[in-house]
Amino acid sequence: MASGTFIKVLAFAGAVAASAALAPAQAQDTIKVGVLHSLSGTMAISETTLKDTVLMMVDDLNQHGGLLGKKVEAVVVDPASNWPLFAEKARELLQKDKVAVVFGCWTSVSRKSVLPVFEELNGLLFYPVQYEGEESSNNVFYTGAAPNQQAVPAVEYLMSKEGGEAKRWVLEGTDYVYPRTTNKILEAFLKSKGVAAEDIKINYTPFGFSDWQTEVAAIKSFAAAGKKTAVVSTINGDANVPFYKELANQGIKASDIPVVAFSVGEEELSGIDTKNLVGHLAAWNYFESVKNPTNEAFIKQWHAFIKNDKRVTNDPMEAHYIGFKMWTQAVEQAGTTDVNAVRQAMYGQKVKAPSGFVEVMNTNHHLSKPVMIGEIQPNGQFEIVSETKTTIKADAWSPYLPEDKGKVADWTFPWVCGNCTEPKYKALP
Amino acid sequence: MMRLMLFVLSALLALAPLPGVARAAEDADLKTLVDQLASDDFDSKIASIRALGALGDGRAIPVLKALEDGALYTTADHKLVVAEPADDKFKLYDPVDHAGLGEATEDAIEKVRVNNRMRGEIDAALGSLTLFSSSASDRLAAAQEALRHPLAERAEGLQKAYAAERDSQVKPALALALAAARLRSGDKEQRLAAIGLLGSSTDPQVRGLLLDLRGATDDPDIKRAIDAALGSIDFRLRLIGIAVTLFEGLSLGSILLLAAIGLAITFGVMGVINMAHGEMIMLGAYTTFVVQQLFRAFLPPQWIDAYLVAAVPAAFLVTGAVGVALERGIIRFLYGRSLETLLATWGVSLVLQQLVRTVFGAPNKEVSNPSWMTGGFELVGGVTITWNRIVILVFCFIVLGVLALVLRRTTLGLHMRAVTQNREMSAAMGIRTAMVDALTFGLGSGIAGMAGVALSQIGNVSPNLGTIYIVDSFMVVVFGGVGSLFGTLAGAMTLGIVNKLLEPISGAVLGKVVVLVAIILFIQKRPRGLFALKGRAAES
Repeated sequence: MASGTFIKVLAFAGAVAASAALAPAQAQDTIKVGVLHSLSGTMAISETTLKDTVLMMVDDLNQHGGLLGKKVEAVVVDPASNWPLFAEKARELLQKDKVAVVFGCWTSVSRKSVLPVFEELNGLLFYPVQYEGEESSNNVFYTGAAPNQQAVPAVEYLMSKEGGEAKRWVLEGTDYVYPRTTNKILEAFLKSKGVAAEDIKINYTPFGFSDWQTEVAAIKSFAAAGKKTAVVSTINGDANVPFYKELANQGIKASDIPVVAFSVGEEELSGIDTKNLVGHLAAWNYFESVKNPTNEAFIKQWHAFIKNDKRVTNDPMEAHYIGFKMWTQAVEQAGTTDVNAVRQAMYGQKVKAPSGFVEVMNTNHHLSKPVMIGEIQPNGQFEIVSETKTTIKADAWSPYLPEDKGKVADWTFPWVCGNCTEPKYKALP
Repeated sequence: MMRLMLFVLSALLALAPLPGVARAAEDADLKTLVDQLASDDFDSKIASIRALGALGDGRAIPVLKALEDGALYTTADHKLVVAEPADDKFKLYDPVDHAGLGEATEDAIEKVRVNNRMRGEIDAALGSLTLFSSSASDRLAAAQEALRHPLAERAEGLQKAYAAERDSQVKPALALALAAARLRSGDKEQRLAAIGLLGSSTDPQVRGLLLDLRGATDDPDIKRAIDAALGSIDFRLRLIGIAVTLFEGLSLGSILLLAAIGLAITFGVMGVINMAHGEMIMLGAYTTFVVQQLFRAFLPPQWIDAYLVAAVPAAFLVTGAVGVALERGIIRFLYGRSLETLLATWGVSLVLQQLVRTVFGAPNKEVSNPSWMTGGFELVGGVTITWNRIVILVFCFIVLGVLALVLRRTTLGLHMRAVTQNREMSAAMGIRTAMVDALTFGLGSGIAGMAGVALSQIGNVSPNLGTIYIVDSFMVVVFGGVGSLFGTLAGAMTLGIVNKLLEPISGAVLGKVVVLVAIILFIQKRPRGLFALKGRAAES
């Protein structure tokens, strides 16, 4: 397994012409960027393209003269969808390779696994995926959506007249921390909107689950209680393919029981025949079908880098694009790759994103992002049926959970804290 | 303003007494309503869809279908057109009379946006338009649609359609739809009759309708009738539920069985702990993918549905050959040393996984279901049995049957059984044991490859496909009894059904744990599994 990855690493390093393995003499003159994404295992379906995105950004940066007069070099490792291995590989990147920054992780369980390593060694992680919130680490920048930028607006849309006024809810997820926390927040949110407990059904399945007949039949019979029913899917990874196949085969139409997914984008759909899925939804902060010059340039750059016009772009790729741009801007401003200096320079950093909006990094280490809801089209793309007029600031802590009451994430003076109910320092009166 | 004037104009025309003028008025109406679909506002589009449904003009059917299929576009001058892709351009047609309107590039036209609320309305409008269609399947679909979205104002139309209907399949569906439409309208007699009729249905949707009405009505007679109807529906739903769980269990069992039959040969008959068995399944699935790509590239499109049939022997040959090579190259040196075999085959499995990942790439491959394996049929109201499950169930029994025949009735089968029972004696009788070993291993691997063809139809085709099934396969073989094909069958079906019985109670995650613990306990009691081989062969 390791040998194949190594060959790939060599190939890509050759492409950027700055490999430490090939030219050790140059090692002092390069800035190293770690890439920590699963290239094998159940999450490879989603994470492989993220590795390629970072390589594309590195390539682009080097073509434009590098950073601080130095070449940038990507160090790619494969944690193989194995959560403890993520922590080992993170340590290796920070201690052995001495990378300036790491772009990586998809599942929350992998992020939770590397978090202590980054905090102990004061590393910097850019995490590009929508997630459950309830976290703000000084060593992580979260460039994906928090629940108030994805899950909650999606449910609000389904409750609206345009979305079909759903009254009954199935929360279907993969069994790990992201779906469980998101569903906890959604359950609290639904109850605050007056949905009765018997109108909410929550079900979990393991990673890589493929026998969906019972689950889909259960959704069908739950929907037969005379109220408009919607399914909120936090199913992750390749279990989505058989899930959607089963939905289509059992004849569940989006106009009867819409399914809104938070982890299904253009890349995941490229393995499915979407003709029978038209109208099912996904909520993200970016879709490839968005029309604006930044996005056109982004798609063009991607096609040129990957040498295949059929490959799609998606939301986490866009998040890496934003994160990488922000990091390079912050490094240029700070004049160094030192983590403490770069972190300070990150606050308030702005990037014109492919979503068509200018996105800002806030002091809670999360972005302000627009929210878009799209319906699946026969060509595997999404058509946007609802989007916010402005960007929305992420809440690291959910206002719908009683245990989060009063919690603030703000890493600037006087708070300097990711999880406090009062500031750590007090200004002089 | 323009729209309003057209409306007034068409309304005036509609009032005109002359038939010729009336026809023109209908045309104008249709034209106005169709043009209204180009609006940016969902409410106005929905109003137009409803009006088209109520207009009863059959010419609206293709327009609505085009709208639902996403083929309706607006041009730069806000004209509504049907656009069909032709090379990298679009051919434009008039939506009503289908007259050609030239070509346009993708940038020049804009798609008419459709959302789920509109899709529901389109289905309803199409339902009322196709109620009198000449095709029975269209009428059946219309009746089912009317049952799903019952509207009191449709009762009259349904009544007419019901009276005119002759088809034995469509008529009862119409009766149900009519009853559903009358639930909320009509006099008390009609409503009670409707409730009684709906009580004979098994559709969970009907149950939903009745539940809804029960909450809304105050009449004690109607409440009592609804309770009786609900009781009878619930009873039948429970029976159907049991039958469906059994079918789901058999279906899961058939998948487990397919995955395990090959192992029943290599592990069960030959005694080789073959950790690379899962990768043989994976190779079979990738062979399916390659065959599909070849069909797509070299054969006319109407042949594509046959690719799966061609993939079965192809997968058998490919994985069988890999199996023979594996046996000749590695395993034959390790007979009798089970730990080394385990480690070596595990290494082979990693090599094969990485090989596939290097050749095909890490992302999953898309293997499409042929049209005869997509969708399903409604067994009874509300219960859908999908075709792919049935095909796999049948396929699995064919494979098992053929294998049993090969083992019992052919010379190769005789030699196989002889060699596994007593190698020295077989050799003394002139059987080329080395060759038989290779062929047996090849046969087991080839069957695993055929399982891969079937599994590609329900799951993901990825380099780690095999690792998902390897544990389940060993579980089935050990549970069923090593060396017994019938045991493998019984083991797979038992595990499938038990899994499906547990799933709704304990959830999929806990269900698997419970099954594993139960098997461990069972093996403690009966170390040789359900159907242990008896006699001298079993002792060795």
